[in-house]
Amino acid sequence: MTPEVLLAAEEKMNPLLPAWPEVIIGLLCFFIVFGLLGKKLLPSIEKVLEERRDAIEGGMKRAETAQAEAQALLEQYRAELAEARHEAARITEHAREQGAVLIAEMREEGQRQREAIVAAGHAQIDADKKQATAALRQDVGSLASQLASRIVGESLEDHARQSGVIDRFLDELESKAAAAQGAAK
Amino acid sequence: MGADVQLASEAGCHFDSGCGFPAPGLNEFDFKPIFTVGGVDFNKPMLLSIICALLVVGFFWAAFAKPKLLPGKLQLVGEIGYDFVKRSIVLETIGKKGEKYVPMLVSMFFFVWIMNIMSIIPFAQFPVASKIAFPAGLALVVWITYMSLTFKKHGFVGGMKNLCWPSGIPGWVMFILVPIEFFSNIFVRPFTLAVRAFANMFAGHLLIVVFSVASWYLLSPTIGALYGSVSFVVAVGLTAFELLVQFLQAYIFVMLASSYIAGALEEAH
Repeated sequence: MTPEVLLAAEEKMNPLLPAWPEVIIGLLCFFIVFGLLGKKLLPSIEKVLEERRDAIEGGMKRAETAQAEAQALLEQYRAELAEARHEAARITEHAREQGAVLIAEMREEGQRQREAIVAAGHAQIDADKKQATAALRQDVGSLASQLASRIVGESLEDHARQSGVIDRFLDELESKAAAAQGAAK
Repeated sequence: MGADVQLASEAGCHFDSGCGFPAPGLNEFDFKPIFTVGGVDFNKPMLLSIICALLVVGFFWAAFAKPKLLPGKLQLVGEIGYDFVKRSIVLETIGKKGEKYVPMLVSMFFFVWIMNIMSIIPFAQFPVASKIAFPAGLALVVWITYMSLTFKKHGFVGGMKNLCWPSGIPGWVMFILVPIEFFSNIFVRPFTLAVRAFANMFAGHLLIVVFSVASWYLLSPTIGALYGSVSFVVAVGLTAFELLVQFLQAYIFVMLASSYIAGALEEAH
């Protein structure tokens, strides 16, 4: 290659002047890249990035909700527990009161029964005493009169007189006993 | 002609064999057409740009075509890249209104980045953006977006005012400032946007080529071997450095595009 040709070639080539075929090819290439990335690839990745952001934020939100729910549930359980404790205390108190009333009632009933039994006993004793007294009075009368008839040897036939004597004697005895009792007191 | 230089160095042109240093130049950026269709040459940068487009689409297709809620490794990597551009560049610069422009700017970022990365991929070894046509095309897209958004949002008068009328400036300065703003926003911005990406890639590629060619040229069984190995180490270091620059240029390109869009969407002041 002669220097002239080389010089001519160098003159022809100015690095600051774009060659149009290259510009066109370059632009074509750029628009192929831009077209595919802009129309298909970047929207598709953008969608996935959005989904991922959603998933992460949604997960965090879900966790927050779950925690709030758990907190609410805990509060509720605590409240219910407190309520139950209160209820139990109330029931115990009530039972205690009822028990006390029941005991008092039973005590009263017992007292009453005891009194009734005692009263019945007294009445029985009185009746027995009366009966015994009457029987004794009769027996003592007849015995005494038998004894007296035997001693005196005469039959005290006259019933009216007989009973009057015996009764008088017995009354005397009773009054004596009463007097003795009063003196002892 | 780039091939010619390489052939010359491979043919054993070393500095002690009386051969001059085959300094790489503009011819490094000129390629023989692979084929010609209707008088239009199809060359290596074009092929690379198509491969880049396929790589970007292929990667994101593999990562995002069937996205899962629990991402696989590839999807995760894709998501990190997408999220980086979306959040750290676009939304950070434009704000909430920027959502609509995320797909365009994300596509632009990854397309520019992979075109730059081609610089250090074996066999490709050419940053596509070092041909100004490619960043110029993208800058054109940005410029059209910028202009149409400005005039759509503010109308023609409002749009012109938005472009040329800075607020909070005393009246007499406007005399100078309005033409400057007009010129700067409408003509300089797209031009610098394209030239910045182009020039960085161009210079970076040239540096790597110079040191690669030099390490071969200096390689000889004399003291030259030492020079050659230093040159090689520098070439490796530059390659690593370029990796950073490639990312940075893609980042800056999209960042500036975002800031232009943000300016267009700004409320009238």
